[in-house]
Amino acid sequence: MFAEARIVAAKDLRLEWRSRVTTTQVVPFAVLTLVLFAFAIDPSRGVLGRVAPGLFWVAVLLSTTLAANRAHAVETDAGTRDMLRLSGLEPRAVFAGKAAAIVVQLLGLEIVLAAGTVVLYNVQLATPALLLSAALPATVALGAAGATYGALAASVRVRETLLPLLLLPVLAPVLIAATSATEAAIDSTPEAGWGWAGLLVVLALLYAGAGAGIYGVLLEDQ
Amino acid sequence: MTHAAYVLTGWGVVAGSVALFTWRTLRRGRTLSRLVPEERRRWG
Amino acid sequence: MTTIAPAGTGSRATLVLGWLSLAGVAALAALGLWWSPADVVQGDSVRLMYVHVPSAILMYAGCSLCALGSLMWLRKRTDGWDTLAQASAELATLFAALTLVTGMLWGRPTWGAYWTWDARLTSTTLLFLLLVGYLALRSVPASADTRARRSAVLGLLLVPNAMIVHYSVDWWNTLHQDATVAKLDPTIDDLMLFTLFAGMVVGGVVFSWLLTHRFRVAWLQRQVDEVSLDRAIVERRAEADLAGHGSTR
Repeated sequence: MFAEARIVAAKDLRLEWRSRVTTTQVVPFAVLTLVLFAFAIDPSRGVLGRVAPGLFWVAVLLSTTLAANRAHAVETDAGTRDMLRLSGLEPRAVFAGKAAAIVVQLLGLEIVLAAGTVVLYNVQLATPALLLSAALPATVALGAAGATYGALAASVRVRETLLPLLLLPVLAPVLIAATSATEAAIDSTPEAGWGWAGLLVVLALLYAGAGAGIYGVLLEDQ
Repeated sequence: MTHAAYVLTGWGVVAGSVALFTWRTLRRGRTLSRLVPEERRRWG
Repeated sequence: MTTIAPAGTGSRATLVLGWLSLAGVAALAALGLWWSPADVVQGDSVRLMYVHVPSAILMYAGCSLCALGSLMWLRKRTDGWDTLAQASAELATLFAALTLVTGMLWGRPTWGAYWTWDARLTSTTLLFLLLVGYLALRSVPASADTRARRSAVLGLLLVPNAMIVHYSVDWWNTLHQDATVAKLDPTIDDLMLFTLFAGMVVGGVVFSWLLTHRFRVAWLQRQVDEVSLDRAIVERRAEADLAGHGSTR
């Protein structure tokens, strides 16, 4: 199953790399939201630094909807959905591959965004270990939920507007936990953050389990 | 009654919404049942 | 009752349920707005609880029925379960909205603001949005089978998502602000407790009545769609035959 998942993930990432959509559109979009937040929240009043963790994760969440949309749009638009279904690959493996491809893209995006946050919002990190152990499971949770709901909305003609409506309320717990953990990592109060990192691990497992269990039904969709 | 405005608004909204939903459901049922042959309705 | 099929979604059972609902609502209004006493602490705003609490319970009941319908559709793949999921999700959305409105109206005199980021208010809002998303997915034009499959997946995920949201918001809330939720007085007056209980019973009757009608409307809609689909297929066939006569096949 893992070999199959790797094939799907590698295929998706190769497609993404060739189309350059992630690098030329999704990442600039995420950076743009960081700049827009600074316009909305006056940087001179010192509020920006305190709300930086929340803004960072909101930017990641918004980009997740784009990445999740792309992950299945490439199949639907190229008409390769049926091939994916008939390929004999295990649905769970397809799910894991799709989710992994989203996770890899999001991790790259988060690195760029983190650098942007540090520079633009003037944030200093006290506990990098905590941030890493929160960001990894958070990204896995985002990727798993994104792959599941992306598949759900893939064949819908209005998926660009429908997917955020379906996905964002589901991702709200990830936003809550990831923001709280990141705040703790910045404030040098890591004790409060490890609990949230634990919750993120639970969320990642739950979303991955649910997606793996239900993905077979979604692949039946025309 | 204290807070009469809040209480009456709350009860009014609940009663009004449920009544509106009921009315619309019943009316749609009437319209649709004209289009469906009798033998395909399983109740009554 | 005559043998003629009813001109609507009514039957003898729903007629009984309907009159019971009307009588129940009248009795509840008399109990909740007049007979029951005002609360020592909250004053008369406690009367909002007699519609707020049943709404919240019916919201959860609707969500559970939607998840049950979704699960059973995935196992049996029969129209009835999909129709149940649809009807109960619509009712759940209605009662979620009513829970929010009555909660806010109760919060204004009690907390001094329509909205606080109270855990229950926040997670109910997210549940409401999840339900809105479910109905949005249902309203996307698709074949009956495709719609049922997509909706079943989303409906099945509805309850776990609602629970995850509930617990995370709860945790978030207790860390960020003190629990200022005014609980119902534990030494609550007997008549108030009875009214609250009556509200749940009346709510249950109204819910089953509405659910039956809504289910039948959805069922009729399905029949209409099938009939018009059959007719369209027959017409296309006729056209194809007509066109096929002239050509050399």
